[in-house]
Amino acid sequence: MKDVVEVHNVGMKYQSLDGEITALTDINFGVRDGEFISIVGPSGCGKSTLLSIISGLLPSTSGSVFLGGEKVSGVSRKIGYMLQKDYLFEWRTILQNVMLGLEIRKAVTPEVKERAVEFLKTYGLYEFRNKYPGQLSGGMRQRAALIRTLMTDPEILLLDEAFAALDYQTRLAVNDDIYAIIKQENKTAIVVTHDIAESISMADRVIVLSKRPGTVKKIYDIALTCTERTPMSSREAPEFRHFFLGIWKELDVHVELA
Amino acid sequence: MSNSLRLSPEHKAFLHQVRLGQIRIRLTQLLILVTAFALWEFLADAKIVDPFITSQPSRVLKTIISLYEQGVLFYHIGITCLETVVGFLLGTVLGTLIAIILWWSEFLSKVLEPYLVILNSLPKIALGPVFIVWIGAGPAAIIVMTLAISLIVTVLEVVNGFWAIDQEKIKLVQTFGAGKFQILTKVLLPASLPTIINALKINVGLSWVGVIVGEFLVSKAGLGYLIVYGGQVFKLDLVMTSVIILGVAAFVMYQGVVLLEMLLVRRKAH
Ligand SMILES: Nc1ncnc2c1ncn2[C@@H]1O[C@H](COP(=O)(O)OP(=O)(O)O)[C@@H](O)[C@H]1O
Ligand SMILES: [Mg+2]
Repeated sequence: MKDVVEVHNVGMKYQSLDGEITALTDINFGVRDGEFISIVGPSGCGKSTLLSIISGLLPSTSGSVFLGGEKVSGVSRKIGYMLQKDYLFEWRTILQNVMLGLEIRKAVTPEVKERAVEFLKTYGLYEFRNKYPGQLSGGMRQRAALIRTLMTDPEILLLDEAFAALDYQTRLAVNDDIYAIIKQENKTAIVVTHDIAESISMADRVIVLSKRPGTVKKIYDIALTCTERTPMSSREAPEFRHFFLGIWKELDVHVELA
Repeated sequence: MSNSLRLSPEHKAFLHQVRLGQIRIRLTQLLILVTAFALWEFLADAKIVDPFITSQPSRVLKTIISLYEQGVLFYHIGITCLETVVGFLLGTVLGTLIAIILWWSEFLSKVLEPYLVILNSLPKIALGPVFIVWIGAGPAAIIVMTLAISLIVTVLEVVNGFWAIDQEKIKLVQTFGAGKFQILTKVLLPASLPTIINALKINVGLSWVGVIVGEFLVSKAGLGYLIVYGGQVFKLDLVMTSVIILGVAAFVMYQGVVLLEMLLVRRKAH
């Protein structure tokens, strides 16, 4: 089967008066249908840039991206994008927030509202539908943000450090939570993170990017022995350590002592 | 909030304390007001100050009654309040509109920047006579005067509010395919509502300045006219009365805006 996401020789140069920043050079990889991909790389290596290019928000300066065989030009409807924070709008109720995408696409119908309510029921936010985001916990807000993304029925989810703003315990729980929902809804996902353990725990494959200008350094196939795979159980698999060390070495992290 | 049935005695005591504190503040405020007026009345009565120059509360009351009996009290109050309300609503709406245009076109915004800075630092009152000559001595000139005072401030305030909005919120709606107009309606305007209401609050104050100055210059009707007229014919009773009415009206209008704010920005409570 053909890959649902194909990234071909993608490069990105940002222009500014101070000069030119080459954020990405010659990125190549593919993502299979239903696959869960993690992208790790040092901060500033162009991970967000890469996701923006895949989504169609940002035109690359070289190369191209294909989604389901179609070349990306402009924001693609196949994509659901989750940003670093949940960015639930504080002036909208939870229900109004999850309707945002369809409202923008002018696709609000009674059936769609029904679906939103179903989603909120399934994922335990129904009682909060008329509350404002400030009244929800960090984990619940993340769920609401995911439902907002799922409401537009994307085929491919892009998560850009979507859990970075959460504290460690919440993040572990949210990892499991979001992973289960994405699997249940049968989505393909590309998750950007700089947390090595998080990247291994969720992914079928981990793509390691070099430091700027970012390029694919290595791709790991994450094969773990665990009975039922969840991010939490993955962390207990015997091979986990092995992958962790491999990626750690690949990332070549140094502490600069001034 | 709603679990008032299960209040602990400590919490009840705390709420009681808070309530008592509030009552004490209100009573002291009232006391200051009453004392000031009583002192004013007494000093004038005892001829320690000259009531011809300072007027006094009982004379103010008489003036109000006499204005009322002549049937002009509410006429003057009404005109001034109307001009002010029109001035600050128009200032806020037009200011927000111009801010939207400046946000929409970065080119225009950069071109106009130095002009906005000049207009902002110019004492707008200097333009009063110009407006009267151009527009004619009447309410229209007065409203333009208030607009001149409040418009630029509003534009700058709201534009800055727009730029202060988290770019990621805009990116979020863009991922759903939003264009410029939808960024405006779904993010910028709702997110800027507190800023716009803040501008409204500032504009209430500025509009009073504009209206009173306008009425000084036009000198036909309104509280500003009464003040100028009273000053010219040395009727300090009329001047003081108008000033006091002005204070009350300004206070009421400001409270109205505060109420509007509470109605519109009730989000994220608790
Ligand atoms: N709009 C932009 N203009 C200029 N440079 C940018 C822009 N966005 C990102 N960059 C630069 O490109 C590099 C990659 O950024 P980014 O994709 O955000 O990295 P990451 O998400 O991996 O931290 C950084 O050095 C950043 O400073
Ligand atoms: Mg990033």
